[in-house]
Amino acid sequence: MAYRADSSPAEKHRPVVITGAGIVTSMGRGMAENADGFRAGRTAFREVDLFDVSHQRTRTAGQALLPERPAGIGARAWERMDRGTRLATFAAREALEESGIAGRMPVIIGTSAGAMPLGEAFFRHAMAGERRGQFRRVECYQPQRQLTAMMRELGVAGPLRIISNACASGANAIGHAFHLVREGKAERVLAGGYDGLAQLVFSGFDSLQALSPGGIPRPFDARRDGLAIGEGAGFVVVESLDSARARGAKVRAGVLGYGAATDVHHLTQPNPEGDAALITMTAATRMAGLDPEDIDYINSHGTGTPLNDVAEAAAVRRWAGKSVGGVKLSSTKSSIGHLLGGAGAVESVICLMTLEGQWLPGSLNVREVDPVVEFDLVREPREAEVRHVLTNSFGFGGANATLVFGKEVPA
Amino acid sequence: MSRIVASGLGAVSSAGWGIDPLLAAIDAGAVPALSEFERATTDGGMIRTKVARVPKLEDRARLPRDPRLRRASAVGKFAAAAVYEALGPERFEAVRSGRVRLGVVCTMMNGCVNYSNRFFGEVLADPATASPILFPETVYNAPSSHLSAVTRCSAPNDTLVGDGAEFFTGLELAAEWLERGDCDLCAVVSPEEADWLSAEAMNYYSPRMIPSEGAGAVVLELDGDGPRLLAVPDAVNYADEPDRPAALDRVWKDMGVDDDGSVLWADGRVGVARFDAAENSIPWTGPRFSLRTVLGESLGASASLQTVAALAKLRRGDARKAVVTAVGGNEGVGGALWSAS
Repeated sequence: MAYRADSSPAEKHRPVVITGAGIVTSMGRGMAENADGFRAGRTAFREVDLFDVSHQRTRTAGQALLPERPAGIGARAWERMDRGTRLATFAAREALEESGIAGRMPVIIGTSAGAMPLGEAFFRHAMAGERRGQFRRVECYQPQRQLTAMMRELGVAGPLRIISNACASGANAIGHAFHLVREGKAERVLAGGYDGLAQLVFSGFDSLQALSPGGIPRPFDARRDGLAIGEGAGFVVVESLDSARARGAKVRAGVLGYGAATDVHHLTQPNPEGDAALITMTAATRMAGLDPEDIDYINSHGTGTPLNDVAEAAAVRRWAGKSVGGVKLSSTKSSIGHLLGGAGAVESVICLMTLEGQWLPGSLNVREVDPVVEFDLVREPREAEVRHVLTNSFGFGGANATLVFGKEVPA
Repeated sequence: MSRIVASGLGAVSSAGWGIDPLLAAIDAGAVPALSEFERATTDGGMIRTKVARVPKLEDRARLPRDPRLRRASAVGKFAAAAVYEALGPERFEAVRSGRVRLGVVCTMMNGCVNYSNRFFGEVLADPATASPILFPETVYNAPSSHLSAVTRCSAPNDTLVGDGAEFFTGLELAAEWLERGDCDLCAVVSPEEADWLSAEAMNYYSPRMIPSEGAGAVVLELDGDGPRLLAVPDAVNYADEPDRPAALDRVWKDMGVDDDGSVLWADGRVGVARFDAAENSIPWTGPRFSLRTVLGESLGASASLQTVAALAKLRRGDARKAVVTAVGGNEGVGGALWSAS
């Protein structure tokens, strides 16, 4: 937030909490539907019907059922929103409602594709030389235009920061919000991430042969063959503990740590030893004042691609050391796919569900565990005592991020 | 109280590669030679769009040598050249050898449109043969990823997307990282590339705007030599204040700008009355320049080039302070205030 040379940086850090959360995925609309689905160990993939997939290697994805226009959102504004922004609006509204607040606050949002389908439509019409409707397409294609409209509809006003660090964007957004509140630069921040399905992105991952041909991702399976794309949004209200207490807000969880680093190995492939992931996991747990043994659950990046899972497994082994066998880890991408710019935020919200419900979601459909796995791979949902959780997000270009949340309010 | 300075500047613009041609063009008010994008439509028509492009790179030494840049699109190369100039060879090596941690904040509006255009064209033709080499270069953060890769630095690297005022949010974030100690230096860079798709899109806003491209880079650090960052107020989002003159007025007052003749204003006017109305509403008698009317509208890159030109003028002794503003198209208004030392 604002910089002034005559102001001093914060010398003392403040406790940071979550006072509201919202989610929409192919598993369901809202916290309750999603929690029920993950707890029951359901998968949510279907044939994509938003664009032509007949010539793709893979034809399925975690395509969500688009929510109805929420109460309070204007019909004209809703009509002008692209699919991704509608998903974001639904989840952000749920988070604000639970928190019981709107009004002035910074907004930090991660996305990778933005309103890409409108850009695709602009391209198609331009190729044909058609001008009708093109101004609206190019204007509404821009994510800052869409998210500014979303803020107006939600009654939220403040600086907007859109982070596009590929698949780490949503986690980075919550991490940025955490820092702002922790350092006293904001009392509360609406933060989250989203992405809707888009043909360019779907075809892009297919061109890289990163999609599972069978459409079923099996993170950490020895014979895993790729990821599934998903779509959705996750949002949280990140707030200072003082502010939450002062207004009597219910505290969902504490935000305890955040780490960000860059993997410079390759544009699309992680360092096989997970160097940057080790940096972020170590930084986040240290900031939280925790040791690896204190983390009760890791929601992994776990895409189900051969290279990602090896790198993440190596990072977890190096981070946990001798206690790696006690680390409980799963990938919820096995249920809903990879939500790209929304993944880090959605998986953070799933972590909040585990803290509330005291259960762990499973890495589903694993037939034979990869030998690189030395941790306790949670293969089906289970009850557990969950006090501290960690979530990893890694993106194209090397953006790595880790967040740590706690059930107890930070001191 | 902190002291954050711009210890390095770099530019790629329609005036040429480097700060010198940028300053020369602004000093002379010389509009660069325009070229044309020409393409056929599927119904047999032909569309031509005028554009102020970055001249061909003649001096390869302006780009760092690294395999990651071989396949990079123009936007990645503009970013790399601007940051390389801003760092200088010695600091570049210091970062590359691990002695100095370089954070990277990349701000964009248009993103990697050239490869996105090509890749989506291939998808529509036959998705089964769409190039896997093109796709990774379509993501917003490809240029910033290349920067960290060529400097071999694992420090934080964020790409921010917004309208033409986003660069100021990048400055804010860099200041945050430096004060927190997340990095020793932070490069804030805003690159954009021109393409028929984006050039035609700009014409829907006004055919009087000349689409352009380029990148401006500022390397910030604590307690070094160079123009000092005095203030980056919170950007005023149009959800908060939809009236653009009122939004600019809030940013202006937050910066505390004095119109006493010693302050240089690098404004964001583009030469189209309805887009310039907010900045025309501020009474101003001091020196000012309007970079976009000279070099064209390069979207996210314009505010970075305004900043680089203003700071180069401060270094040259043209003014005691400089204020830089941009009234964004569909997100908000931003600005920054600098002093010569």
